[in-house]
Amino acid sequence: MIEIKNIEKTFGDRQVLAGISGSFKPGDTSLIIGGSGTGKSVLLKCMIGLIKPDLGEVLYDGRDFLTTDLNEQKTIRREMGVLFQGSALFDSKTVLENVRFPLDMLTDQPESEKVDRAQECLRRVGLENAADRMPSEISGGMKKRVGIARAIVLNPKYLFCDEPNSGLDPLTSIKIDQLISEITDEYQITTVVITHDMNSMMEIGEKIMFLYQGKKLWEGTSATLTHSGVDELNEFINANKLIREMEK
Amino acid sequence: MSRLGSYLIFLGTLFRNREKIGVYLKLILNECTSIGVGSIFIVALVNTFIGAVTCVQTAYNLTNPFVPKNIIALIVRDSSILELAPTLSCIVLAGKVGSNIASELGTMRITEQIDALEVMGINSSSYLVLPKVIASVLMFPLLVIMAGFLSILGGYIAGTLAGVISPEEYVSGLRVDYKPFGVVFALIKTVVFAFLISTISAYRGYNVSGGALEVGAASTAAVTNSCVAIVAADFILTQLLLT
Repeated sequence: MIEIKNIEKTFGDRQVLAGISGSFKPGDTSLIIGGSGTGKSVLLKCMIGLIKPDLGEVLYDGRDFLTTDLNEQKTIRREMGVLFQGSALFDSKTVLENVRFPLDMLTDQPESEKVDRAQECLRRVGLENAADRMPSEISGGMKKRVGIARAIVLNPKYLFCDEPNSGLDPLTSIKIDQLISEITDEYQITTVVITHDMNSMMEIGEKIMFLYQGKKLWEGTSATLTHSGVDELNEFINANKLIREMEK
Repeated sequence: MSRLGSYLIFLGTLFRNREKIGVYLKLILNECTSIGVGSIFIVALVNTFIGAVTCVQTAYNLTNPFVPKNIIALIVRDSSILELAPTLSCIVLAGKVGSNIASELGTMRITEQIDALEVMGINSSSYLVLPKVIASVLMFPLLVIMAGFLSILGGYIAGTLAGVISPEEYVSGLRVDYKPFGVVFALIKTVVFAFLISTISAYRGYNVSGGALEVGAASTAAVTNSCVAIVAADFILTQLLLT
């Protein structure tokens, strides 16, 4: 379980996060939604330790990530898997080398076990035939799937996905969403997804947190999303023409 | 001053919370190939011609018939060993290796590859930069030894082909008043330059924020800052070691 308490972050004179709190349960795919510039990615970066918040706590199963010592921080980091917006695959390594990289760096497993585990993860995301290809030789959707394979290779307890659908066609987006949701269920991972994709919200949003101007304005599920009673959220949802048509 | 402080803090991160030594060995070998072997041609070409030009220009300026011609070879030798091979080669390497390091790390930064290492709990600066620094410190002296030899050889070829000095005079000139410390001095300078080029370029690339434009700017800054550091260090080391 991940808990965030009163997270605040200011860049210069601009407050990006104004006291965000919430919790994310194991086995749930939790979404953080909101328009561009509302602080979603900054919140994610605060949660995974890439940005230090000015105030607040981030608790991983009760362990305070921000104030704990370096060794404990490393332990928590090794329990995380992160899928970055641009996939962040290492250009100089093949797909298989990218997936086994965390095993090479963080475990003492024998060579054969590492290869087996990396191939198992590639199979899980349907890319067993792309193992020897370079990241520059595969499509955006495949890169995302390699990113997911790399994120789950160490059996993480916490999975973070930063806009996993950005730049993908609707069909591939749905496949990526389903994959994330299935993996979350299968391994009982605590998954947090940053998105502004309506399909994702409706399909996999077991818990949804809506951010607006650095504040949490609403929290609920995909079932209650369309009748939240929050004007800003309605405006955000209704920006999608398809939703407007459906509501008519 | 704040940038200098930030650079020194960056240097500190290279050595703190390192990964296991075994992790670095393969990376260092790869970097040695990329930095060392990949730079042989340009360093060889530049230094051969610089030696040749030094020889012909010295002969052109040496008009006094009482000055023996083998002085030309002595001048080529000392210029090559003390200054041309180490300093000029390192300025060339700042352009080739420095810009490469800065743009590689800058691209890794803007494509979140460095963030990916950090969230895995890996010290990204140490993992990415330390092998480049070690490979530079190991390979630059080898390149400079080759550069010095080729510069002197270039002088020999140009001088004898142009007829400004005979082969016997050139070889005898190389042996006049030879001080072996010159080679040690050149290697000390090279090690310092290698460290400065690799760390300044890495610092510039590692701290990029923005996009392709900023990566280009970081690459340019890496080369210009490295060149300034080289000439400043050259002067300081010459003062310290040769006076």
